[in-house]
Amino acid sequence: MIIPVFVAALGTVAFSVLFGVPRQYYVYCGFVGGAGWWLYLMVTEYAGCAAEEAVFFAACLVVLLSRFLAVWERCPVTVFLTAGIFPLVPGARIYWTAYYLVTDRPADAAVNGFAAVKAAFAIVLGIVLVFEVPNRFFKINKQK
Amino acid sequence: MEKETLHQNDQELLEVAVMAGHILLENGAEIARVEETMERICRYFGAQSENFFVLSNGIFVTGNGNFEGQRGQYAKVQHIPVKGAQLDKVVAVNQLSREVEEGCYSLEETKEKLEQIKRMPEKSFPVQILASGIGSACFCYLLGGSLTDSAVAFAAGFLLYVFVLSVKKSDMTKITKNICGGALVTLFCILCHRLGLGESLSNMIIGSIIPLVPGVAFTNGIRDIADGDYISGAVRILDAILVFLCVAIGVGVMFLIYHRVFGGVLL
Repeated sequence: MIIPVFVAALGTVAFSVLFGVPRQYYVYCGFVGGAGWWLYLMVTEYAGCAAEEAVFFAACLVVLLSRFLAVWERCPVTVFLTAGIFPLVPGARIYWTAYYLVTDRPADAAVNGFAAVKAAFAIVLGIVLVFEVPNRFFKINKQK
Repeated sequence: MEKETLHQNDQELLEVAVMAGHILLENGAEIARVEETMERICRYFGAQSENFFVLSNGIFVTGNGNFEGQRGQYAKVQHIPVKGAQLDKVVAVNQLSREVEEGCYSLEETKEKLEQIKRMPEKSFPVQILASGIGSACFCYLLGGSLTDSAVAFAAGFLLYVFVLSVKKSDMTKITKNICGGALVTLFCILCHRLGLGESLSNMIIGSIIPLVPGVAFTNGIRDIADGDYISGAVRILDAILVFLCVAIGVGVMFLIYHRVFGGVLL
């Protein structure tokens, strides 16, 4: 459990470098990415949820943490969110879709393509839902 | 009031606001933030009845005010081509707009600061290439690859970004760039696999195509739609989907070529 979370954090930091996140926020980005992946693993392993549900919960956590950090550090939430959401992006599904398409297995391609779309929608829902939480909520926590 | 005597020329003010908006939009800020920042700057320096309309690739401004001492109208349309995001510029402009609101800068100083932000250097190429490699290796490992798979993914991600950065300035369309990127990675991974490096070809390729994933466009597109900026959100999401598709096509095409040349089953 610890190693994958650490690797996810490291990967997130790598992508925050690619997106030009300021140096002082690397650690936060890694933390957000690692936390998202940790929840994803927890939900799939212990709660027995499907991958899409796990992606939804993990996306919610990522957005929540990003918003806290954005208020805390007084900087745009995009900085933490963009890199933090990365481990949840269904890159593998997209690969398998392409793979099955060219190997002439349309049924498998459809299954994977559909799963990729579902995961993407889970991320969308997570982001939209948590952005509905009013900003006040995050500010109160900052004063503590 | 002192604020209003700070400057007589609203044209300059609107130009500064558009400049701030330009930097934000170009570097991956949401539409709502661009509008808010521009309004903040205008409000502080006391522009009257200005209006902004921001799309994902353009800013439209009109305003009434003083221009060279006379009352008049101002209009400006600025086209902003979609470019790679550099989030530190977004952070810098955001910080600047706060400081402007706190009254730290005059209009001239704000303009100067914006020029400085515009010139902020990118991360150096070696750092970006290294980051791409590390990112690829990490995600290869996360998605089930072994350590040797990750090592190959590292090399593939490394190579991929050498390619990405070398075609960055060229006229190649985004579509071609991404198809080539996907194909290049696949070719490299197949070669390594044939040479006996790495265990699972799929895991290696999955890890190494991750740096091509359009993260900024995707998350911003969703947020713009959530904010009600449907046109810009739809454009950004379309951009993200197109990139996804192109990468998939690149991978698929390379598999097909390999299949035709060498025959037999894949993997």
